Formats: sequence, structure tokens, C-alpha cells
Amino acid sequence: MLDVPNPNANFHSANNAAQMRIGIKGMNCASCVSQIETVLEQTEGVVEASVNFAAHEADIKYEPSRIDMDGVKRAIETAGYQAVDASPLTDAGIEKAEEEQEAEYRDLMRKFKLAAIVSVPNVLLMYPDLIPGLVEIMPHGSTVQRGVWALQGVVTLPVLVWSGSQFFSGMWAALKHRSANMHTLISIGVVSAFVYSIVATAFPGLFPADTPAEPFWDVTTVVIALVVFGLAMESKAKGKTSEAIKKLIGLQPKTARVVREGVQKKIPVEEVVVDDIILVRPGEKIPVDGVVQKGATAVDESMITGEPIPVEKVEGDEVIGGTMNKTGAFHFTATKVGKDTALANIIRMVQDAQGSKAPIQRIVDKVSGYFVPTVMIFAVLAFVVWYDFGPEPRVIYATVAMVTTLIIACPCALGLATPTSLTVGIGKGAENGILIKSGDALQTAERIDAIVLDKTGTITQGKPALTNITVMPGIEEDDVLRLAASLELHSEHPLGEALINGAGQRGIELTEPESVQATSGQGVEGKVGSKQVLIGNLKFMKAKGVEAEGLKDIAEIYTPQGKTPLLIAVDGEPAGVVAVADTVKEDSAKAIKRLQALGIEVIMLTGDNAVTASAIAEEVGVDRVLAEVMPDEKAAEVQKLQQAGKVVAMVGDGINDAPALAAADIGLAIGSGTDVAIEAADVTLIKGSLMGVVTAIEISRATMRNVRQNLLGAFGYNALGVPVAMGLLYPFFGILLSPIIAGGAMAFSSVTVVSNANRLRLFKPKGGAA
Amino acid sequence: MMWDQWLVTGFGAVLIVLIVWFFWFKSLKGTRAEVKEQVQKAFIVVKGGYTPDTIVVQHGKPLRLYFRRDEVASCSERVVFPDFNVSATLPTGVTTPLDIFPDKPGEYEFACQMGMLRGRLIVE
Repeated sequence: MLDVPNPNANFHSANNAAQMRIGIKGMNCASCVSQIETVLEQTEGVVEASVNFAAHEADIKYEPSRIDMDGVKRAIETAGYQAVDASPLTDAGIEKAEEEQEAEYRDLMRKFKLAAIVSVPNVLLMYPDLIPGLVEIMPHGSTVQRGVWALQGVVTLPVLVWSGSQFFSGMWAALKHRSANMHTLISIGVVSAFVYSIVATAFPGLFPADTPAEPFWDVTTVVIALVVFGLAMESKAKGKTSEAIKKLIGLQPKTARVVREGVQKKIPVEEVVVDDIILVRPGEKIPVDGVVQKGATAVDESMITGEPIPVEKVEGDEVIGGTMNKTGAFHFTATKVGKDTALANIIRMVQDAQGSKAPIQRIVDKVSGYFVPTVMIFAVLAFVVWYDFGPEPRVIYATVAMVTTLIIACPCALGLATPTSLTVGIGKGAENGILIKSGDALQTAERIDAIVLDKTGTITQGKPALTNITVMPGIEEDDVLRLAASLELHSEHPLGEALINGAGQRGIELTEPESVQATSGQGVEGKVGSKQVLIGNLKFMKAKGVEAEGLKDIAEIYTPQGKTPLLIAVDGEPAGVVAVADTVKEDSAKAIKRLQALGIEVIMLTGDNAVTASAIAEEVGVDRVLAEVMPDEKAAEVQKLQQAGKVVAMVGDGINDAPALAAADIGLAIGSGTDVAIEAADVTLIKGSLMGVVTAIEISRATMRNVRQNLLGAFGYNALGVPVAMGLLYPFFGILLSPIIAGGAMAFSSVTVVSNANRLRLFKPKGGAA
Repeated sequence: MMWDQWLVTGFGAVLIVLIVWFFWFKSLKGTRAEVKEQVQKAFIVVKGGYTPDTIVVQHGKPLRLYFRRDEVASCSERVVFPDFNVSATLPTGVTTPLDIFPDKPGEYEFACQMGMLRGRLIVE
């Protein structure tokens, strides 16, 4: 394993510097920056160092042959600072965010427990009639009862101050910006209940004698308990929404087995540089992107492409970092490292998309700026109206209506509705090898009613393959193919490759050709063994004096089918015809059928001639074909469809089709290998299959349906809850909500929104099963 | 109506006016981003809101915003610039840089993912 020649071993010196990033602790002032930079730049092997004071990180260019990460760390430590591993290249925050979330959850649960424990006696003591014997001990209006109330106030205070602390700090931080949020509402609500309770306990004389005051200690603690519990549940459920991205980040390998100067070394993956030769053993993860240099294996790429069947890899094939090597050991040359790898790009794209906003959220954004102050105004109105026009005890009714209104309103449910569904939906896409670039793209994909498919490379494989062989009487098919493929053995012509692959599939051994001579645009001739072989078109045969009428008749069968016939003659005699064509991907027809079943018009677009185009169209079931479209006219064709009122999706390869992809309402690019960051596309399909288009549309529809459910639920809840809490039902049905029920409803509403979004995690592409 | 009802009504009216004034009629003072080596830079603290919440920058020059989140509540864990399709996760206590290229003058909003915290980017 170790004796693999490393052609790049010598190039790791000065002209091939690697880059690393190291975290630095102990920097207190800006002047530390230049001090560390100076120390580093004087260190042998370091080419350049730049320290970012704000991020507490240093970016270092170094020569891997002269220094490694440990060496750099030692240099930083000798300068009197502490060197730590920098945050991972792809995302500084995700692991820390997860820890924080866990800490937040635990903190909230502790606060909930205190509030819940105090709530039990608080509730029971508010209803002494329910507990046998209690009324005898503390009769209504007695000094004993007031004493118990006072005690309750004392135990309620820590609940308010500690369990409810995040409400006050949240309110205060927002108030400083002259804005208000959920914390503001809850704070005012529970403090109002608390202050009222003090007044009711301390100054019972202020209330009418026939309707004596009762404190709301139970309201204060139960509402805090419920809302804090709701926050804890929400935090937990929100963590689940980003499961997909966590899985992707978890795919990143930590180490690589690099062969440098003939020596195998296990190094951190951050130190791998382009052109490094890397050894991967069976069962190991492939550390970075590259091209197989030696060996063969099967690689499980399901985590990136969603393709469940392992992919065979031989010399010259691309491998993707983060995928799992299955069967064989191999060496590969690193082509993309660090933040340039496909996996790093995927993670970045998914994160950006999850952070982006869908246009539908604009409504929420408009509302949420006014929501909380409006609820506060409603609460004031409720108090005033109840106080002025309500029945006795007016103060109590007015307070209850105000507190309930403040507590029932749930701005969080509104705010969470879109982003949580979007996060799950886009993550779901990534799990299935579909990268959706933004919330905008996700929302548009739902409305697609026409889809334009590029033919070559999208519907078809994009490269010709052997489809038919017809031979003259008395000649074996395999013999003709062997001779033809052998003649093309060193050809770089795609048709030649098709013959070689075709022969390979039939298990035919090829022999080395001699004196091969090609006539451009016509054919090729040469010796295979003792035979003189000719491959070419009719013109070529005639020019070489072959009696080719029989071959011509066969060729004319294939031409109308959109295939390219290659005439073959052996020793001057016609031998047969092989037909070569760009074949359709195996599930293209199924995907197109599914798209049509979704009510989408499917149109095929190609630069090929009408004959080839309609042959393929017929095979996959497309009725509308636009053939002989020049590459620069593709965008115009898309625009024509748009002018006809269609929402058009364009599916193409991302390079030749870039203008058309950009012109379409939504551009879907079929990715190839490690090239996932396709600029012009709104959606990238990592796996080449057209089924990805179906899945993308299904995910978009499922996600948008989920968003709408959430928005409807959140808007509906607030639109109903707030008026009921204000007491709108009281004049008609005598119903006035208790603040405790409001607290429960509020907590439940935001948890419901997040849980509904999490339901999307169960999404399974239908196309795969059909 | 009794005197106490008039009092409560009057007090309520004043409170409503105060709420409207306090939350909706605020003047936003902008902070100009500092220009260093052709890059505009600004530092923003995230705690219950963005401080400063209005950043004034020039167009055509790259802008790097440093966000430091000084709270744990998960509401503010992500800052989003929808017009630029740029966002960043902000771990608590860590200064997170975010690069934007403001090429067209105008006013752009930025916010947390739920839209509860808001700020403005004014490009001149």
C-alpha cells in the first residue's frame, strides 16, 4: 500500500501552501493581533498569517511539508496565547447551537418545576371549599385566610422572579429598542396578576363588601409554569427541525490517510491540500473530493445523492468527500478540500436556504411589527370597558379580562409558522439529494404548471451507447463488435467509446489495433489481428471501394429512430452495422409520467434534429417537442411559455442551459458529481435522475401546505383567542376565560405549530415507491 | 359614570396613546459603518433587539457586519437579510462575521428568523 508513487510529493514545497484556521484564546487587545502575526510569520513553514481579533481566529498559510497544525499551535503557545481548534469550516455555530439549545431546555425545565410545585398548593388554597375541612380551618374572610394568602404571596415571589426571569429580561431588552414581544405580554400579564393579588390580600377594604376580593396567586404561578413548559417543548421541537443539516454536518470526516513523499500519515482533514494522494480503506469515509488514482471499489453515496445503490468506482472516477467506501481500498488525488468540497457546499447551501425567507412570510412580517402593541391596546380597552360597564366585582372582571388578553395572544406561533416548516422542508430536500436554494424557490416550485426538459443529459444519459448490431449472413455479432471496438480502442471519439463500452458489457476481449487511420467526419480504418477493418458512413465505404448497398439498407432502418448507424466492413467485405444512440435514463419515462400526473405540462427542448427528438419524446411519453433550438434560443422559448401565462420550470445541465435556467420561474440543474454549487439554478439535483424533479415538486407542495396550515392556525388562534379573552362572549353566553386556560392555550399553540412542521419530517417521496 | 370610572377611562386613553407613541413613533438614529481597507465594517450586539438597529453604509463597497449575540433565547439565533439572501447562525457570545455586498442604494430590512427583532440597512 505504501509503495504507491506520489507524483505530487515534491510539489508540496513553497509553491503549494496549504491553509488552516486556528482558534486563539487570551487575546485581550488589538495589539495582540500584530504580536501573534509576527511570531507566526517568523515560524518556519508559515508563509502568511492573519489574525482576526473579532473572531479570535487566525488564518494561516503554511507549507505542509515543513510544519503541521501542532507546530503552529506550539508557536502560538510560545507567544503566550492558547491555541484551540477553530470552529469547523462549514459552520461556526451548529454544534454550539445544539449545546445551547440543550442548556436552554434544561434551564426552562428547572424553572418549570419550581413553578409547577408552587402551583399545586396555590390552586388548592384558592378553592378551599373543595377540600373537606379546609373551610373550617380558614373560613372565607377570616384572618387565617388572609394569613394563608400572605404566605402564598411569599412563595409565589420566587416563581415570579426566577421562573419568570426570562420574560422580564426579554421584555426589558426589547423595551430598550422600543419594541415589544411575547415576553412583554407575559410579563405585564403575570405582574398585573401578582400586583392585584398583593392589593387583594393587603387591602381587602378597597373591594365591595358583598363581593370580597380574592388574590390570583394561582394565576401567576400556573401561567408561568405553562408558558415556560411550552417554551421548553418548543425549544426541543425546534431542535428537531434542523435534524437534516445536523446529519450532513455529521458526515464530515475528521481525519485523512495521506501519502506524502511515500509515507502514509493520518492527519486532520483540515490539513489536506489539493493534489494530496489519499488512501481509503474499505469501511472508511472518503475525506475530501477527488479522483480515483489507483484501485477500484464501490462507494455508498446515498448520504449525498439519495441514491441507495453503491456506485462502482474505477481509476479516473470522481469520489465525493463524506461518502462511505464499501468494498475495496483505493488511492485518490484530492481535487477539492476544505470549504470547496461538495459536502461543504451542500451544507452551506442548505443553511442559507433554511435561513432565507419565503415570500409568504411577508404577510407575517407586516403583521408582527404591529401585533404586540395592538394586543396591549386591546388589553387596556378590555380593562376600561369591563370597569366602566361590567358587572360587580368590576375590578376583578376587568383585571381578569386584561390579564387573559395579554396572555392568550401568541406572537410566537405567528413567527414560527413559516421558518420551521421551511427548515424541515429544505432539510428533507437535502436528504433526498435535492438542494433548494431559497424559500422563494420552494414557494415557486409549488405553482409550476409547465416544465421544460432539456433532452441531452437530462432525459438521456448525455453520451452515446451501443443500441443495436445487425450483421450480414454468416457473420457473428460478437466478432463484428470485437473487431470494431478493438479498432476504436484508442479513439477519443464518443462513438468509439460507445463501442468499447458495448463490447465491455458483452464481455468481449479487445485486441490492440495496428496502423489506425481516421478520416475526419467519415470513418476509421486499421488492422485488428490479421483483419483489415473499416468503420464509417456510406461515403467512407464507397470511397474505400466496399460494395455497401446491403449495409445502406440496414442503416436506413436506424436513422429514422434517431440512432447513428456505423457501417462496418472486414477485409473489404460488408460485415454489419452497429447503431449508436444517446439512451434514455432508466427512470425518465416514469418521472415524466409522474409530472404529468401532477398536472404539469411536460415539454422537451433540444438542439437535436426533429427525427432524433421525436424518437426520444415518443419513448418517454412527451407530447410537446421543441427541436432544433439553438442553445441561445432556449431562454427565449422559456419566455414564450411564460408569456402564455405558464409558471415555467426549466431542467437542464447548468452550464449550456444556464440562461434558460435563469429565465425560467424556477431553474433546476442536474448536478454531476461534486459540482453542486450551480449558480444559475434555484434547485440542484445531485442525483442525475429526473425523479428528483418530481420529488422537488412534491416537497415544495407538502411544505407549502404545511406553511399554510401553520399560518391559518396561528392567525386563526389569535383572531379568535384575543376577542374571547377580552370577554366578547360574555354578553351572549356569560363566558369569560380564566387566565390559566389562556396560558395553557398560548403554550399549546406555539408547540402545535412547531410539531406540525415536524410532521413534514415523515415526508417520503411518492415517486420512489410508485 | 362615577368619578373612578372617568379616571380609569382617562388613564386607559393615556396608556393607549403612550403605547402607540412609544412603539410606533420612534425615530431611528443610524450608525454609520466604519470604512477600513476598502471594507465597511459595523459591530452589532444582539440582545432583545439589534444595537445599533440602523446601519448606514455606502453602496458599491463590501460590507462586513459583526454580530455578537448576548442572549440565550433561541428567537434571535439567526439573522436574515432577505433582500440579499444572506443569513447567519449566531452562537451566543461569539462574534460572527457576515458579508454583504450592497450594490444598490435603498433601505433594506434585516430581522431574526421569526421577524421579532428588526433592523435596517440604509445603503446610500
